[in-house]
Amino acid sequence: MSEEVKQPLQSSLRVQELLYGLRISEVMTQKVFAVSKNCTMRDVRVIMRNNEISGVPVVDSKRVVGIVTMNDLMNALEEGALDDSVITWMTSEVKTLAEDMPLSFGISAFGKFSFRQFPVVNKANELTGILTFRNVNHALIRELSRQLRHMEQQNENPPDADDLRFAKVYQLARYDFENGGKASSEIKKFLKSRGVPPKLVRRVAVASYELEINLVAHSIGGMLGFDITADRVKISAHDRGPGIKNIEDALTEGFSTANEWIRSQGFGAGMGLPNVKRVADKFAIESAVGMGTMVQAIIYLNQENENEGQ
Amino acid sequence: MKVSELTSLEALTCVQDTYTDAEISTGYTSDLLSDVMGNAEENSVLITIQAHKNTIAVSSLAGITAIIICSKRPCPEDMLKAARDEGIAVFQTADNQFNTSALIAQKLG
Repeated sequence: MSEEVKQPLQSSLRVQELLYGLRISEVMTQKVFAVSKNCTMRDVRVIMRNNEISGVPVVDSKRVVGIVTMNDLMNALEEGALDDSVITWMTSEVKTLAEDMPLSFGISAFGKFSFRQFPVVNKANELTGILTFRNVNHALIRELSRQLRHMEQQNENPPDADDLRFAKVYQLARYDFENGGKASSEIKKFLKSRGVPPKLVRRVAVASYELEINLVAHSIGGMLGFDITADRVKISAHDRGPGIKNIEDALTEGFSTANEWIRSQGFGAGMGLPNVKRVADKFAIESAVGMGTMVQAIIYLNQENENEGQ
Repeated sequence: MKVSELTSLEALTCVQDTYTDAEISTGYTSDLLSDVMGNAEENSVLITIQAHKNTIAVSSLAGITAIIICSKRPCPEDMLKAARDEGIAVFQTADNQFNTSALIAQKLG
């Protein structure tokens, strides 16, 4: 019991996990104020003042070439250089985010870089929006109220004791091999107690355990979420980094970046992700270096032929 | 073969004897836990030098009923405790994985 107390509330973890799964495009501000290269710092000042924003991207035929922040504007003001072109004062080393990235990547970008906003681009590298912390907070509040409504509904219709519906999120810390495996064994026991066929339980256990160990061995920490309904188990792993350089390599059996210590724990054979992919009916992975990795595995529970041979 | 039948083998010493006396239908020899996780069959005896608490976690998830630790590798106390909690028998032997596998294969027939 005392161990449980240290864990954040399940409801807050769950909201966080749902939030992580949103796409940046669903959360960002789509109406972006941008300026072209020929604009002056004075133009930027007017835009910022009239719209109460703190950063304006600079574009050259829709491509982001820089951003003018409040700081840049103040520097120009101090020098009395408001009629200079934005090119002179903008921050040109701008970090953009892709609109189809999971929001979790955006959140780690805020933690990693000191920017207060990130221009968002589409596949053609064109500016489509901007992500600020305010967007993240709004999404969080939206998700919280949705979760609250859901909980109220559940209070009105409490589920049966042997109902398969179940949702839980586990937090995992780097190198915490002590606790790596706890989530999987809890889920395994739950499915077993609800009479799910052993072969399916095994597949869920393999996917869940490998993802759990991946978070512990390879990420700087993250969360593992389970969403179980009568017909499927959905497992999602989110971490805050470091991200996978080459996903194809990571999915190749035998490829591993594990260090000696991880190997001494019995892991690092390069079979983790391939094992997950093999046992899952649906598998998706996304990763960005410096921002994190998201893996989702779905296993269907209504497979008649799964009882064969066992 | 039952787990308890392993105790009659001279080469093996039982170091964790609080276990479910389940059926052993086959064996799996590996030191890579992901390999065990992905490929070992249920009701296997696991032959390994990987004496670690994680071995128990994997064995429990994979449905392994007994573990034989080869080459006299020491078994840490937290590993044995985890095995006790899961009801998995742990044996130790001075032999290597090859000889132990051969011995078990013979015993399984």
